[in-house]
Amino acid sequence: MTAAADLLYDETDEELRGNLRGMLSERSPWSKVLARVESPETCDSKLRAVLAGEMGLAGLAVPEELGGAGATWRQVAVVLEELGRAVAPVPYLGSAVIATRALLHCGERDLLAELASGRQCAALAVPFSAMAGTVTPSVSADGDALTGTVTSVADALIADVLLVPTADALYAVSAADATRTSVVSLDMTRQLCDVAFDGARARRIASGPAAVSAVTAALTTGAALLASEQVGVAQWCLDTTVEYLKTRYQFGRQVGSFQALKHRLADLWTRITQARAVARYAAARAADAAARAADAADAAVPGASVDAERSVDAQQEEAIAAALAQAYCSDAAVLAAEECVQLHGGIGFTWEHPAHLYLKRAKSSAIALGTPDRQRAALARMVDVPAA
Amino acid sequence: MTVAEPITAAVLQKLVAEFLAAHDPRAAADGGARLDFLRARFDAGLAWIHYPPGLGGLGAPRALQPVVDAEFAAAGAPDNRPGWNAIGLGMAAPTILRHGTDEQKHRFLRPLWTGEEIWCQLFSEPGAGSDLAGLGTRAVRDGDDWIINGQKVWTSLAHIARWAILVTRHDPNLPKHEGMTYFILDMHAPGVEVRPLRQITGESEFNEVFLTDVRLPDSLRLGAVGEGWTVARSTLMNERVSIGGGAIPREGGAIGVLANLWRDRPDVRTPGRHDDVMRAWVDAEAARLTATRFRQQLAAGEVGPDGSAVKLTFATLMQRIAGLELEMRGEESLRHEDWDLGRGRDVPFLNRIAGYRYLRSKGNSIEGGTSEILRNIISERVLGLPSEPRSDKDIPWKDLPR
Repeated sequence: MTAAADLLYDETDEELRGNLRGMLSERSPWSKVLARVESPETCDSKLRAVLAGEMGLAGLAVPEELGGAGATWRQVAVVLEELGRAVAPVPYLGSAVIATRALLHCGERDLLAELASGRQCAALAVPFSAMAGTVTPSVSADGDALTGTVTSVADALIADVLLVPTADALYAVSAADATRTSVVSLDMTRQLCDVAFDGARARRIASGPAAVSAVTAALTTGAALLASEQVGVAQWCLDTTVEYLKTRYQFGRQVGSFQALKHRLADLWTRITQARAVARYAAARAADAAARAADAADAAVPGASVDAERSVDAQQEEAIAAALAQAYCSDAAVLAAEECVQLHGGIGFTWEHPAHLYLKRAKSSAIALGTPDRQRAALARMVDVPAA
Repeated sequence: MTVAEPITAAVLQKLVAEFLAAHDPRAAADGGARLDFLRARFDAGLAWIHYPPGLGGLGAPRALQPVVDAEFAAAGAPDNRPGWNAIGLGMAAPTILRHGTDEQKHRFLRPLWTGEEIWCQLFSEPGAGSDLAGLGTRAVRDGDDWIINGQKVWTSLAHIARWAILVTRHDPNLPKHEGMTYFILDMHAPGVEVRPLRQITGESEFNEVFLTDVRLPDSLRLGAVGEGWTVARSTLMNERVSIGGGAIPREGGAIGVLANLWRDRPDVRTPGRHDDVMRAWVDAEAARLTATRFRQQLAAGEVGPDGSAVKLTFATLMQRIAGLELEMRGEESLRHEDWDLGRGRDVPFLNRIAGYRYLRSKGNSIEGGTSEILRNIISERVLGLPSEPRSDKDIPWKDLPR
């Protein structure tokens, strides 16, 4: 078994959080996000550039020798909490987490360096609802030419490179060689697109089982880390609702003094406290699995089998932690957003108030990478609670 | 060891080794030798190391206590059976340490820690549960003594306790929070009557305690006259910390019983119940990780509010899991073992039948602060929401509607 996971934040995490929150509140306040979802370019490419360039966060989990910052998925999780809190319209989850994890698995040094530097960003071309282990490729290869369509892909509108799974391989395709059609999305802060390939020139980056495991690793780590984004969404909803209920007066008193509302917020706080523990656990296990995989890849012949075994254990525990995190944090974020709308009353139902941005992000994130129900079913198989 | 030397794990291990060299743990298995061993450990400052020197400690960081306990356990030394004196160790001792006189600290802490004297807590009353500050047990000054009259309830261990911590009302003309005084009560004093309180399981883990003209010397007062509420609050703070619990592995609690029932008994499986079990599994694992994170916060010296989340969730979860198990077992759940009045059995909770656990867990959301009071605490102290308007704070206790 792997070592006990540290579920706390350290000083580096808190410093990162502080810097990021300050930057986001200045450059991407919710009023700007709201304006942007109705503009032609829903993704904030300038903000993406600041995150990648000035702040150096695009390659946070990429080893230093591959041009990254050499941090771990635990720090990436902190970034996602803050991006969730701001419903920031940037392709960080898709590029810096999911695509990066796939490329790390394939050992794609050059592309990783491009992503880590922020010069390019990438997206894994699968529907955003796809869950690890259940992807059915809809694109086929003829030699190095790809044909087919993938619907509802996240973070691909702004991507330079698309990673495309076929039945027996994983390919890298220049996004310019695909046709991307933007989709009116439930969550316009993370707008989806349909991607069509018509004989697009592709480069094979993994084949056979390695390609399958690259996609699984990418979606598992994506699920593990999405939980932290959901915690950020939920925490914003709670904080905002609490502040509102302190300032809103009805019946001659602060609305927040009514027990009928206070108890709901206490329950929500309790739920988010738990979601945070679960999300930190998933991030810790993702970091652990990545480190073990690196050990196993580095291992010289002596002891290699032990490292390989540890790596498999760590991957299994990451998969359990990710499914648990999605099963728990998805519902927690949706509840937080729904309570935020309801407890704001009329203003919470208006377009001018940001609550709907969070509701849409929360609900679409719950469906993303496997719904809670599918995650529980996967978890049941992994922890040996067989179906009836 | 010089005073200036910082107390590290290595220093503690050395101190325990020296102590064990002088006191053979093998010869202290039982009876008087066991007590002598524990008393010597207390006197060496190796009992609760965060307590001050002379009172069983070394003024060392509390986080290092497990180091000391592990050394003693590894040597096969007898422990002080902490489970038998939970109120004493968890609540009475820290209150005496904080509010007691030097004389009280030296009289009470040593036999408390060694387990020679068991303690109980006389707080709740039939008319004062969640609203503890509304309590009415009277303390009337009589020369150097106090005369106590009243009734307390939900008192675990009262039938074996030597001492109690007691909150009383010394002045009904003052507002409720100001007219309270805190005492140590001699459970052997004339006028103290303990009766078992039978609960919905049929058993009796708790007692009612009737106090009739009980005479207490003023030297047993803990804190100043009128300071009862402040002292009681510091006791209750310790209760919430002590409920944090120890580390358990995945499926280590009630959820493990449920999951194993599912695995071992295909006949209890239905499609609807499968998702119920998995929802419970997810919530139980989330609660376990939250408790783990809370312990990590405590160990890192962060005193966060997450303990309230742990207690609130634990109560709901225990009830839900036991209820689910009872339904899954179907016919066999319609039959119960017995409803006999007893003092609770020496059987671990998880080994009791599902029906017992279902009923007993109903107490989890009531004891140690109801879930409703916990939600008030979370919403007011953690989230900073305003309290409900109150009409009971500033008028004399005797004029409150009741």
